[in-house]
Amino acid sequence: MKPPPFRYHDPGSLDEAVALLATLENAKLLAGGQSLMPMLNMRFVQPDHVIDLNRITGLAHIRESAARIEIGAMTRQRDLEFSDLIRCRCPLMREALLQVGHRQTRNRGTIGGSLCHLDPAAELPMVAAALEADIQVASRRGTRTLPMADFPAFYMTPAIEPDEIVTGLGFTPWPEGHGAAFVEFARRPGDFAVVGVAALLDLDGAGCIRRAAIALGGVGQGPVRWSRGEDLLQGEAATDDTLRAAAESCRGVAAMGDAQASADYRRHLAGVLAGRALRAARDRARRVP
Amino acid sequence: MTAPAPGADARRITLTVNGRRHDVEVETRLTLADCLRHGLGLTGTHLGCEHGVCGACTVLVDGRSARSCLMLAVQANGAAITTVEGLAASDGTLHPLQQAFQAHHGLQCGFCTPGMLITLIEFLGDHPDPDAAAVREAIGGNLCRCTGYQGIVAATLDAARRMRAAP
Ligand code: FES
Ligand code: FES
Repeated sequence: MKPPPFRYHDPGSLDEAVALLATLENAKLLAGGQSLMPMLNMRFVQPDHVIDLNRITGLAHIRESAARIEIGAMTRQRDLEFSDLIRCRCPLMREALLQVGHRQTRNRGTIGGSLCHLDPAAELPMVAAALEADIQVASRRGTRTLPMADFPAFYMTPAIEPDEIVTGLGFTPWPEGHGAAFVEFARRPGDFAVVGVAALLDLDGAGCIRRAAIALGGVGQGPVRWSRGEDLLQGEAATDDTLRAAAESCRGVAAMGDAQASADYRRHLAGVLAGRALRAARDRARRVP
Repeated sequence: MTAPAPGADARRITLTVNGRRHDVEVETRLTLADCLRHGLGLTGTHLGCEHGVCGACTVLVDGRSARSCLMLAVQANGAAITTVEGLAASDGTLHPLQQAFQAHHGLQCGFCTPGMLITLIEFLGDHPDPDAAAVREAIGGNLCRCTGYQGIVAATLDAARRMRAAP
């Protein structure tokens, strides 16, 4: 198996990259290569041009500014895994990252690549959905941001134009003391999840839920924010019964079946895993008046 | 074998592999794995699946493990690569991890072994005193058809002990 012939471009700046993307026909962007390279090797994709983003240094960074965390699209998954900022301020992302592939793939794989590949069961899009991240996009026409809720257009397809490049994402981290958990079921560690759940809980001084987020993956075409479950949690005491009711509601999600798991089984997993994620998030949260 | 076909998109690159510098001209679509094996004759790096699943092709790129079937050779231009051929000392003395694989039957056919060794070299660098569960997790992305993994885990734990005793 070998990649088909293509012309290779390795621009040194974003300006050059967007200019190439705007002018070349049938071009593919190469980020960490952990999804595109297998597809090239198997010739599932046959681009005439490959635009390698790896030389653009300005796209790899993890920054905290004005109560926001900004992450460049070309930031390696492993650099996020080992980032103190991410570990302290966004434990959800770290727990998810440890379930993304293996060390060898995280060393190369990028967060922007995961978002754009948009596998329905991929961990990082679920995290971005739970965090309500903004996705930053650039083209020769300028830059824009779109909320993660609008990012998936349909199956494995982000809602960006053919001449646009995802340059990064930004989000407001949850407050100090919040509880986070990422739980998934996969056939083998490192595989894409069959179903995964991201949960975030913020508790007040009395142990009531000030704010909750539940994102489900592996059920629909992209990550699903489960607002029905969030509404059952909002303002309630974080008891086992409350969490169980919210988790059970996840069984109502519209799921697609495939060769790996039926729709019924995916709904079942969504309920079970949401229960685990919510209990872990609650147990990790501190009550903050 | 890897000489670019006439008219093909090609580039001249420099790789430092196991401390030795190589200047080669490669087609831009050539994977790093094929460049090492066919271009440089370093056939220790094995190709099992060629789509990132089996881990046999794992090499270190600037000290970090990577699947060489999922990188283009041009992307490694200027990088320092370590392959299984670079693990033994220059007098041929095997690396302590290789010795432990030998002692604990960490291999049968040996197909997965280069990827296992390279993966575990990086792992032991970060975790000099791992437990068995951590070793299993570390090789979660490396498939072995023969051993059942037990010998590999035992070898890794033994190598870690030896390497801590004589760093
Ligand atoms: S040959 Fe590269 S992972 Fe299998
Ligand atoms: S020793 Fe044969 S594949 Fe592992």
